[in-house]
Amino acid sequence: MKVHIKINGVDYEKDVEPRTLLAYFLREDCGLTGTHVGCDTSSCGCCVVVMDGTRAVKSCSMFAAQASGHEILTVEGLAAGGTLHPLQQGFWDQHGLQCGYCTPGMLLTSYALLKHQAAPTEADIREGLAGNLCRCTGYNNIVKAVQQAAATLGQPVGATT
Amino acid sequence: MIPAAFDYLRAHSTDEAFAYLQQHGAEARVLAGGQSLIPAMRFRLARPAVLVDINELKDLDYLRISDQVLAIGAIARDSDVERAPWIGERRWTLIHDASRVVADPVVRQMGTVVGSLCHNDPAGDWTAVALASRATVVVRGKAGARRVPIDEFLVDSYTTAVGEGEMAMGAEFPAPDDRTAGSYQKVERKVGDFATAAAAVQVSLNADGTVRTAGVALSAAGACAVRVNAAEELLAGQKPSAELIRAASNAAWQRSAPQADLRGTVQFKKHLAGVLVARGLRQALARLGVQA
Repeated sequence: MKVHIKINGVDYEKDVEPRTLLAYFLREDCGLTGTHVGCDTSSCGCCVVVMDGTRAVKSCSMFAAQASGHEILTVEGLAAGGTLHPLQQGFWDQHGLQCGYCTPGMLLTSYALLKHQAAPTEADIREGLAGNLCRCTGYNNIVKAVQQAAATLGQPVGATT
Repeated sequence: MIPAAFDYLRAHSTDEAFAYLQQHGAEARVLAGGQSLIPAMRFRLARPAVLVDINELKDLDYLRISDQVLAIGAIARDSDVERAPWIGERRWTLIHDASRVVADPVVRQMGTVVGSLCHNDPAGDWTAVALASRATVVVRGKAGARRVPIDEFLVDSYTTAVGEGEMAMGAEFPAPDDRTAGSYQKVERKVGDFATAAAAVQVSLNADGTVRTAGVALSAAGACAVRVNAAEELLAGQKPSAELIRAASNAAWQRSAPQADLRGTVQFKKHLAGVLVARGLRQALARLGVQA
């Protein structure tokens, strides 16, 4: 069947089997390997992408066919040109990653979280990321990274630091 | 694992969804959030030949509150409930509590309340909440829509009153009065795991402080979520007390018939059922300003 998905602002039209999962569509059909597959059964959150701007979804538990006609944001779409997204900058500055395997999912889950809650508390962030597993960092630096991003994004346009 | 092959049919109207379901009968499954169905297909525990995707049916994407009822449409997400403007009201505390512990926060952005009822997992959260709230499921079939009380809707593990060619359109939770509060108590090994044990409790008080009605239900305590009738009957008409809570807790312990697994022994899970009902009742009553 034909699917038509706008990924990071680019239109992709491909023929897929209905059983193709969105994670595999992104990685294998579109070559967007930034989306990682961890547990492959919706437990770990490595594969999270954002659908239609605000909803974090586990792309291992959604068919590409379901995303047809929708917009998907993956980690490849976060940076604007050479400038890291504030979330990416936060992870960089706060050492929010070690091996980096969970990072794309962490970033995209946080992205959706900040869309719904511009100024989350530390508890909100910990709760919001409860579906994303990291085996390296112990989470503290990830939480700090999201706090930094929330602060950066919360600044009025044109403000300098 | 990659799921077995199937045909994907996207419905653009409820009539179209029905036409597909009538045409394919038992071969077809409705795809809403898919957060239980797709993992089940990936483990090849489910192999539907046809999936009817209802996610584009915007007329089923609603949460509506009236004086009588909270109506939840078939594709309203768990996260919609979690973020609803009325979710902080005391009378909705049972639903509030549950909405924050279903699966994990990302799964809740796709998963649906009605889909969870239809999946009827023995350890589901919304099934127990629906029992304690005395909810009704609106099922549309060939002959039109019928309202099925949740006790009749939940037939057996992964089996509901939804027949071939039928579809659950929504669920209706009776709007509790102001002297009502609830509590959802769940023990899980980690966020996103199935409940080791869970209890849903809702209490409505009379003006004199006695219990008007109580809803008490357990999850992970049998083939599907169960109502603890004995506890509800014990509570009705009585003044809340520590002794009364102990008796209700004991009734829950007796009613619980869990299966032993890696999450715990039968004895442990039965113990938890009793403890969680007691905690739930205490919290619901505390929310009503009653210490017991």
